Amino acid sequence: MSNIPENLNTDPLIKSNVFVSQVDELINWTRASSVWPLTFGLACCAIEMMATGASKYDIDRFGSGPFRATPRQADLMVVAGTVTHKMAPRVKRLYEQMPEPKYVIAMGGCVIRGGPYVKHGYHVVKGVDLLIPVDVYVPGCPPRPEALLEGLFKVQKLMRREKIVDRSRRTTKPEVYVPEHV
Amino acid sequence: MGLATEQIHDLIKEKFGDAVSDDQRDAVDPFIVVKAASIVDVAKFCRDDPSLVFNLLSVVSGVDYPDQNTIEVVYCLDSTTEKHRLIIKVPLPRDNPKIATLENVWRTADWQERETFDLVGVVFEGHHNLARILCAEDWEGHPLRKDYVIPESYRGIKNVVY
Repeated sequence: MSNIPENLNTDPLIKSNVFVSQVDELINWTRASSVWPLTFGLACCAIEMMATGASKYDIDRFGSGPFRATPRQADLMVVAGTVTHKMAPRVKRLYEQMPEPKYVIAMGGCVIRGGPYVKHGYHVVKGVDLLIPVDVYVPGCPPRPEALLEGLFKVQKLMRREKIVDRSRRTTKPEVYVPEHV
Repeated sequence: MGLATEQIHDLIKEKFGDAVSDDQRDAVDPFIVVKAASIVDVAKFCRDDPSLVFNLLSVVSGVDYPDQNTIEVVYCLDSTTEKHRLIIKVPLPRDNPKIATLENVWRTADWQERETFDLVGVVFEGHHNLARILCAEDWEGHPLRKDYVIPESYRGIKNVVY
C-alpha cells in the first residue's frame, strides 16, 4: 500500500546517503555515551574505581570521566565498598537525591551479599540491595578495573532498552550475563 | 635496646607495691596486672620515668571473661626511643566495668577507649566524648561480649546471616 521501496536496507546509494533513526535510539545513545558516575567509594573497592578512572583503564574513553561529587548531577551510583549500618541511612539519602533516570552498580563482594563479613559482621549491611534497587552486580574482591568497565557496559546496554513512551525501566526480565571469554 | 622485661616489671612493682597484683614475666607475652584505682598513676609513671619513657600507647582493648565474671582492659605500651614494651591488664567487674580514662596521659587513648566502650561496654570515666565509634549511634548491645546476639534487623534493614 505504501510506496516505500523494497531495497531500503540494501541499496548502497540509500545506505550511504540516508540516516534513519528513532527518537528513542537517539536519546538512549546520548544517555549511554555520557554516564556520569557519583563518587561513592566507601572502602577498598574505591581504589579499584580510582584505578578505572586513571590513565591505564581510562573510563573517560566511554564518556564516564566526570565523576560528580554531588548526587544531583550524577546518573550512575557505583557503590564501591562495604556499607555499614552507620553509613546505610546516608546511602539511602544520596540515592534518593539523584534525579531520574538513575542506575546503580553494586561493586564488590561486600555490597552484593556481605562479602567476607557475611557470617560474623554485626555492623555490615549484607548487600546494598536491602537498601536501594541495584541494576548491575560486579563481583570480585575487589573486581578488576576491566570488570567494572564490563559493568558499565551492561548499564549502557540497559540504558539502550529504555523507551520514552513507557518510563518503567525493566521492560524485560533481567538476564544473567555470562561473559563470552570464559 | 632498652630495659629487659624483668627490669621494667621490677621498676613498676617497687614504685607501686600493692597496686600491681600479678606479674607474669615468663609467659609468651609477659604482662602485669594492675588494680583499676591506680591506673592513672601507673600510666603517668610509665610515660614520665626517664628510664622507661613509654611514649606510645599502642592498644587499648577489652576482653570478656563471663566464667570469671570479669572484663579485662588490656593496655599495650611501647617506647619508640628505648625500644621496649609493656603490657598492663586491669580486671573489672563484669556488671559494672568502669575505669578512669587515660586520654590526658596519651592522646591516642581517646578513640581507642571509644572503641572499647562500643564493643565491650567498658565505661571510661572522665572521657570528654564517650560515644560509639564503629556501630551506629543508636545501636544496642556490645558486640564483642560473649553473650551478644546479632539483632534481627536495625531500623528496618534486615540483618541476614547466611
